[in-house]
Amino acid sequence: MGLDPVVLFFIFGLCAGLLKSELKLPPALYETLSIVLLLAIGLHGGVELAEQASLQLLGQAALVLGLGMVLPVLAFAVLRALNFDRVNAAAVAAHYGSVSAGTFAVVVAFMLARGIEFESYMPLFVAILEIPAILVGILLAKGLARDTDWRELGREIFLGKSIMLLLGGLIIGAVAGKEAIKPLEPLYTSMFKPVLAFFLLEMGLIASGQLGALKQFGLRLLGFALLMPLLGALIGALLARLMGLSLGGTAVLATLAASASYIAVPAAMRLALPAANPSLSLTASLGITFPFNILIGIPLYLMLAEQLIAWGL
Amino acid sequence: MNAHTRTLLTVICEAALEKKLLADLETLGAPGWTISDARGRGGRGVRSAGWDTEGNIRVEIICARDIAERLADHLQEQYYANFAMVCYLAQVEVLRPEKF
Repeated sequence: MGLDPVVLFFIFGLCAGLLKSELKLPPALYETLSIVLLLAIGLHGGVELAEQASLQLLGQAALVLGLGMVLPVLAFAVLRALNFDRVNAAAVAAHYGSVSAGTFAVVVAFMLARGIEFESYMPLFVAILEIPAILVGILLAKGLARDTDWRELGREIFLGKSIMLLLGGLIIGAVAGKEAIKPLEPLYTSMFKPVLAFFLLEMGLIASGQLGALKQFGLRLLGFALLMPLLGALIGALLARLMGLSLGGTAVLATLAASASYIAVPAAMRLALPAANPSLSLTASLGITFPFNILIGIPLYLMLAEQLIAWGL
Repeated sequence: MNAHTRTLLTVICEAALEKKLLADLETLGAPGWTISDARGRGGRGVRSAGWDTEGNIRVEIICARDIAERLADHLQEQYYANFAMVCYLAQVEVLRPEKF
């Protein structure tokens, strides 16, 4: 099966950016597209959540929360071993512990295109995974220092744009239920892919801009940004097997664990750890890991999930 | 025309700082301000404002000289080390001194 057209849009954006083309989408459009995507993901998850809410789900959510705390610690250890200084290692680790909703949207499209079913309450896990890594990252950087303004930071984290949109969508979907939401359904059915395609075009342009900074940081960062998603995916997939998720669910959770944030975490880190170099994290998460996951990672994680299941895990 | 001298403090910085900065302005007694989005290039490279994390703002505050100096000192102390930020003072003439 060839590349999904939405991925081609990403490659198109990447090429246009690398060629220093004049092509530039207005920032307001990027903003709009990401809002529509997050709301759509949230709504879809909410509708399904209303039908499947159970005690078992609560246990799974707790496990996913744990995953969100383990991943940044692991990333931090790898970064320290690669000789990054403490503050920068912590900031980058926070990005890798958190998730990218953009990558999630692509893996959803990927699964739908192949007709692979997955647990439809996954968006809940996206929301859960966004937060803990930020807190762990700050703790790793400075311990329980007094000068952290936790109240302000809390507002930044819990009331940030992406988490608000996801949770808002989830709640609206859950309250409204499947029947009432029908008129809005195109948001996550027929409209989803066109919006995702334009979003990925812009992401390609942005990622190409980040790639330029790679020269500055060299192979250590490149190595980390390629190794960490693989490590994350393996842990995510194993956890998914432990939770008894389906094949699709395993691949999706692996993808979530492999992805790195580039919206919520950079904003929070900028304020909480100003001494960390923001372009280090963004080059890694946006310039390398995001394209890697979109182009190679997602099919790979599906194979990993199939393999684990074949081994009877 | 009856003009009075005041000081214009212009701050150009990362958009990420906006909330923090405005809280500081309020506590330090700035009488008012104007914010606009900005793009440009400086010591921290091109700040293209292509999307969120690369956004920049320009904040203009017209006030008495002593307030402007206090604000500038505070900004330098708090943010210069770790953030992309420029600020400068200029003398301007205003028509309604009681506003500033």
